[in-house]
Amino acid sequence: MHGMINRALQGFLTATYGPGVWAQVRRQAGLPFDDFEAMLEYPDAMTLACVQAAIEVLQTHPHAVLEDLGTWLVTDPELEPLRRLLRFSGASFVDFLHALEDLGDRGRLVLPQLDLPQILLERGDGGRYRVRARWVVTGIAPVLMGCLRAMADDYGALAVLSLGGIGLDGMECVDIQLLDAAYSEGRSFDLAWVGT
Amino acid sequence: MIGLPPSLDRVIGLSGGALDQLMPMHIWVDSDGRIVQAGPTLAKMAGRANLTGRPLFDTIELRRPAPIATMSGLAQLVGQRIGLALVAAPHLPLRGALAVLPGGAGMILDISLGLSFAKAVAGFGLTLNDFSPCDQTVELLYLYEANTSTMALSRHLTRRLETARAMAEAQALTDPLTGLSNRRAMDAEIARALADPDHDFGLMQIDLDWFKRINDSLGHAAGDAVLERVGHVLRQQLRLGDMASRVGGDEFTALIRDCTDPQDLGRIAARLIAAIEAPVMFQGQSCRVSASIGIAVVTGDGMRPSLERLSADADAALYAAKRAGRGRYALHAMSPAAPIVGSPAVQGPARPVRRRASDPPPDGFRRRMSDQPKRQD
Repeated sequence: MHGMINRALQGFLTATYGPGVWAQVRRQAGLPFDDFEAMLEYPDAMTLACVQAAIEVLQTHPHAVLEDLGTWLVTDPELEPLRRLLRFSGASFVDFLHALEDLGDRGRLVLPQLDLPQILLERGDGGRYRVRARWVVTGIAPVLMGCLRAMADDYGALAVLSLGGIGLDGMECVDIQLLDAAYSEGRSFDLAWVGT
Repeated sequence: MIGLPPSLDRVIGLSGGALDQLMPMHIWVDSDGRIVQAGPTLAKMAGRANLTGRPLFDTIELRRPAPIATMSGLAQLVGQRIGLALVAAPHLPLRGALAVLPGGAGMILDISLGLSFAKAVAGFGLTLNDFSPCDQTVELLYLYEANTSTMALSRHLTRRLETARAMAEAQALTDPLTGLSNRRAMDAEIARALADPDHDFGLMQIDLDWFKRINDSLGHAAGDAVLERVGHVLRQQLRLGDMASRVGGDEFTALIRDCTDPQDLGRIAARLIAAIEAPVMFQGQSCRVSASIGIAVVTGDGMRPSLERLSADADAALYAAKRAGRGRYALHAMSPAAPIVGSPAVQGPARPVRRRASDPPPDGFRRRMSDQPKRQD
């Protein structure tokens, strides 16, 4: 698993629950180092061990941790660059949903080794959408749901999201009911960027 | 075959709205050089809601392939890559392509941001909706931003790795040139040996003679070859359980375990000096050095010295050996008597002999060396 993803998991646990929890998770997962490095690769088993340890340490439902992780990726002020990169996908939330299928290519454009989930979008009637996703490890649906809910907010769209189970093909589903595409102003996105 | 055969001459009709959608940065200019219509993004960039009726050359400035300000000159540029700028924003170079419309309806100039895309987007306040979905400018912006972020991460990684490397070096126990232990490892080993009352040993402070001369006259590579050779000598001459280290530029230390007899230590020192004196060939040049050795002994009797005391004793003996003419060893006496000094010239059972500093060097090699200008070792 790419270090960027492991680093995100570590960042989420540290920012949300404190460095003590991360230290506990790290110990329980048997990590041979203190910090993940964003620009290195790690075995998938390490990532899974960390997620498992986090669920045990936090004594919470696995979906809750993963969903919070997804939300954090979009809303944490430290991750503003990531939110901006996501907003490049489209001018509206609907555009953004349609561009989800390009997410993997978009990621690889920057980091060729980055393995992002494969995503398919199905459009139903009356503002209903179903996002189907598959990744190297299971549990991507709750992460995506947290992320999509935060992106709907970001665009100012009013939407109801729910987990749609796992299909026969093994793809995990998130169901979206878009109620109002322009419900609020949302957060601003200026194409021009004040670099750091 | 269904449909019309392809033809580049067939005239098709496009509404102004269609033009705006396909080419939001176009300018349609009539044959008199007045703007008929401009795409919404271009109008935004020019700072005017409506450019219709304005002279083209009041709005844009053609720069490449050559500065042009006439319609006849413009017509020559059809099919070429055009460099231009807006009169309202001369610092942002843009790129264009030109096509002639049929029936004297003028020309269409389509414009893109070219390489100034990042500055242009900021300067004109453009949004995602200002670009045609076919325009890759937004993807360029995305890449530009993403690359900046990942490069920052790479720089952080490099910096952390450099710090880690420096720390590892600081904690290293080996001298990379000779493969011997370094001072840190030797000090730790001496401290361990001193802490063990059953552990008697001799300590040799070895300092190369005439080394600076090699370094100065033949260069650092020759000096390194000599140092490597000394490392090899120490590894070869000492027993497996003994320990040799390079503790400074041309300074070495050897810890000789379970050996406190002055005669035995003297024999070892004499052997080391003789081996170090063997010439080293470097790029066809013969490099010759010698060594002075100061020896101190630690036995279980009475108080064991501190590391500092022991080093000082060995240093004092080394100084005595140097003063006695170099290329020889001296044993630090436990009593305040003068140190015992010897050299490899003393063969056989090698009783350490006392030498006066004024004695002539015992063999030709050292005599010859003595002719060299003195240096402060």
